[in-house]
Amino acid sequence: MAAAVPLSVYAALFFGSYPLPADAINDAIRAMFSGQAETQALVIVRDIRLSRILLSFLTGAALAMSGGVFQGLLRNPLADPFTLGISSGAACGAALALGLGWTAAGLSTLPLAALGGAFAAMILVLAMSRLTGDFSRESLVLGGIVVSTFLGAFIALIKSLNEESVAAIVFWIMGSFQGRGFEHVGLMLPYMAAGCLLILLLARELDILSLGTEQAAQVGVSVGRARIGLLVGAGMLTAAAVSVSGIIGFVGLVVPHLVRMLIGHESRPLILFSALGGGILLLWSDVLARTILSHGAELPVGVVTALFGGPFFCLILARGRRA
Amino acid sequence: MSAPMIEITDLTAGYKGVPVLRGITLTIQAGEFTGVLGPNGSGKTTLIRALSGVLKTDSGTIRIAGRDISEMSAKTRARHCATVAQNNPGLSGVRALSLVLMGRYPYVSFLGGYSRQDHACVHEAMTETSCLHLGHRRAEALSGGELQRVITAKALAQDTSLLLLDEAASNLDVARTMDLYELLKAKNASGLTVLTVAHDLNLAAIYCQRLVFLKNGSVAADGPTREIFTSQTLSEIYETPLAVAEHPITGAPQAYLVPRA
Repeated sequence: MAAAVPLSVYAALFFGSYPLPADAINDAIRAMFSGQAETQALVIVRDIRLSRILLSFLTGAALAMSGGVFQGLLRNPLADPFTLGISSGAACGAALALGLGWTAAGLSTLPLAALGGAFAAMILVLAMSRLTGDFSRESLVLGGIVVSTFLGAFIALIKSLNEESVAAIVFWIMGSFQGRGFEHVGLMLPYMAAGCLLILLLARELDILSLGTEQAAQVGVSVGRARIGLLVGAGMLTAAAVSVSGIIGFVGLVVPHLVRMLIGHESRPLILFSALGGGILLLWSDVLARTILSHGAELPVGVVTALFGGPFFCLILARGRRA
Repeated sequence: MSAPMIEITDLTAGYKGVPVLRGITLTIQAGEFTGVLGPNGSGKTTLIRALSGVLKTDSGTIRIAGRDISEMSAKTRARHCATVAQNNPGLSGVRALSLVLMGRYPYVSFLGGYSRQDHACVHEAMTETSCLHLGHRRAEALSGGELQRVITAKALAQDTSLLLLDEAASNLDVARTMDLYELLKAKNASGLTVLTVAHDLNLAAIYCQRLVFLKNGSVAADGPTREIFTSQTLSEIYETPLAVAEHPITGAPQAYLVPRA
């Protein structure tokens, strides 16, 4: 699977709206490493295609890792950043940053605002499902829907209050990698690295928490601390993804399930393989999104992931009903 | 003289402000094998939860090996006291070996992995509970009795001087129940302090040296099994007539239900 990553990255370089012959692409790749003069092909391959490939890979990896953590931590197979409304929270924070013009102070306010929004949504959803008693699958997802809807209205409000930023918000929130480049990779990477480190450090605790909070405490886990650490880590991953790509659903839901089927439930390998799988999945979803329409038009990649993710969601729901 | 293994002083604890345990005072010495008995709702499980540190107490103190458990970290507590709980949550996907290895959590450092010694402990615990052959199986593929043995192995792997059990035999058939109690007896003989909640009066009377009866959240009776396991005490506590006779082989007191005339 690890070999699939460089292969995917390489293969994906050959897809794009601007027609380039295979030779030109290979020449451009060689040129990238040898530092030759800038050519048009080099600029297209490096600055447009490669940057986007990297960004979609990292976003997919972040979403899938956070989905895996949410599912394990809340012991809920339907949990992921999208269904829990945490993506919406991050989007809302970022929309606020765009709408109020904070981004004028630098693009780096975007992931910060997204992080704030993600945490706010997380607290809201968890508090709501606490009210109804438990973190059962339906009550959590219901909470996620309520929060998503509420925040969606809030985003609409921000848009209508600030006419000038509407285009920027709409363009950004759609769930797309169109027009994103290396600067966005740099923007998300620190948050992604921090979140990833946090959840990997707490992977053993995540495993033990599958016993339930009480039994986890009885073998010595500081349950409160471990939970908060894992939620913060998963929230950072979500915010990192959303702050560069808007809302992309289903990657975080689907990938950890597939990985569990293949390699089992142990958290550390689950997180690592989810990262690889999520990255590859979103990378190819994005290739599809930018090549499936003719005349250089693009689909938002969120549309592609929803098209295959929706049926999968139903499948999990049905399987849970039978169990 | 060293501190008692368990020292409970005027303990009140419960759920959402409603006390279940009301003013329990109880001392258990190291090396005792104690059974906690009592009717439904008398607070047996609550006592185990409070002792294992997962239920906040309303007032009173619990000391284990001389130290107040509310001042211990979860890890320290888990090095002193292991618990075999009543219900095992819907575990899935976890392999039995990984489950038992979780019992070694209190001994690993934050960044470290499980050591060779941890694996040796796990191997020993799984041998003792005869579940070594189940190691590679996933939890959902285990029968109730097999899972119970794995969970017991996890508690033994914690390598504590105190073991708490809450109805650990409730899913087990007769032979498995005897296996479990024989194991507890052997571990007790080699120094483990055992405190077990039991439903089966007669089983408890055979294996436990001391019995503590709870009723309505208080200690209703407490003492050596042979002294306290009498027809009068049992009938009063369970509010139904019970006769007591000697076990034909071991001589332990055994209770018999008496139909209400």
